Amino acid sequence: MTTHWPLWEVFVRSRRGLSHTHAGSLHAPDAEMALRNARDLYTRRGEGVSIWVVPAESVTASSPDEKDPFFEPSGDKTYRHPTFYAIPEGVKHL
Amino acid sequence: MTAGSPPPAAPAATSPSEPARLVGEDATAALMLGDDALILSHRLAEWTGHAPALEEDVALANISLDLLGQARTLFSLVGNEDELAFLREERAFHNIQLVEQPNGDFAHTIARQLYFSVAQEIRWTAVAGSPDCPTPIRELAAKAVKETAYHRDHAWEWTLRLGDGTDESRTRMRRGIEVMWRHTGELFVPIPGLPLDEPALRAQWLTALETVLAAATLTLPEGPDADAWTAGGGRQGVHTESFGFLLAEMQHLHRSHPGATW
Repeated sequence: MTTHWPLWEVFVRSRRGLSHTHAGSLHAPDAEMALRNARDLYTRRGEGVSIWVVPAESVTASSPDEKDPFFEPSGDKTYRHPTFYAIPEGVKHL
Repeated sequence: MTAGSPPPAAPAATSPSEPARLVGEDATAALMLGDDALILSHRLAEWTGHAPALEEDVALANISLDLLGQARTLFSLVGNEDELAFLREERAFHNIQLVEQPNGDFAHTIARQLYFSVAQEIRWTAVAGSPDCPTPIRELAAKAVKETAYHRDHAWEWTLRLGDGTDESRTRMRRGIEVMWRHTGELFVPIPGLPLDEPALRAQWLTALETVLAAATLTLPEGPDADAWTAGGGRQGVHTESFGFLLAEMQHLHRSHPGATW
């Protein structure tokens, strides 16, 4: 039975967080039941105030094979980090 | 030990401040509602490891634990939780017969849960809003109504999917609704200590059930209901055949190792 249920990815927004964070995945027959299962599986200990569920098949993921062309080039471009600015005096909260 | 003479009050280890003990009819009410919660909790716990899917396993266990928490609070208002749960004989339990019914297939369990959760949500809402009910029970009701709303929602959603699902699921759901129906007559029998308008509560219950069953392409079973006939005697300590087996499983560990802890 379980094998016929589609897979869903679960995102939970924590009490103090602004964004939904990937919490895990689960099986459910449809979106409404996926939400309820997510509530039971991933918010048992007061972790969340909001849940998204997304059909796992709707997620397009980068391939491990593309890891180098995708991510390696950014490794040596330190100038992309905002560390080359002199902070003017008097600027607060930075 | 009999229900009429609850065991001497022992301090609840889990509660920092000793709760006020209820006596008389108020204690009877707490015991009846607590027994409903405890026994259904046990039945649902029997699904652990056996549910149709891992996700549903957790869902039923969650509901079971919610009900166990309600039972513990109610028992602690009367006496020692462990003694009340594990050392009473069958005739001293006052749960309605609906909650002790065997799980059957998943649709049976959902039908039992639908009948009970819809009724329990209505009852907790009424108790929480009634100044005539004992204060500690009102406090529990106000907290429990949110849990119970989720239990009702869970049963409701499954009733829709099974009833309006495949031919097989529809057949099973209809069977569950019919088999459990004969045990619903006790749901709104007046409870001593809780002066509520039971016929009005029951009317709410029927309306809610008609709504969900219609959406699930099912109908309420025909035939005798609480007005005409009830098989129930649970509130008087009369139980159905399977209840003794349930108690044996639930109580044997505590009885074999009195006072054991871990």
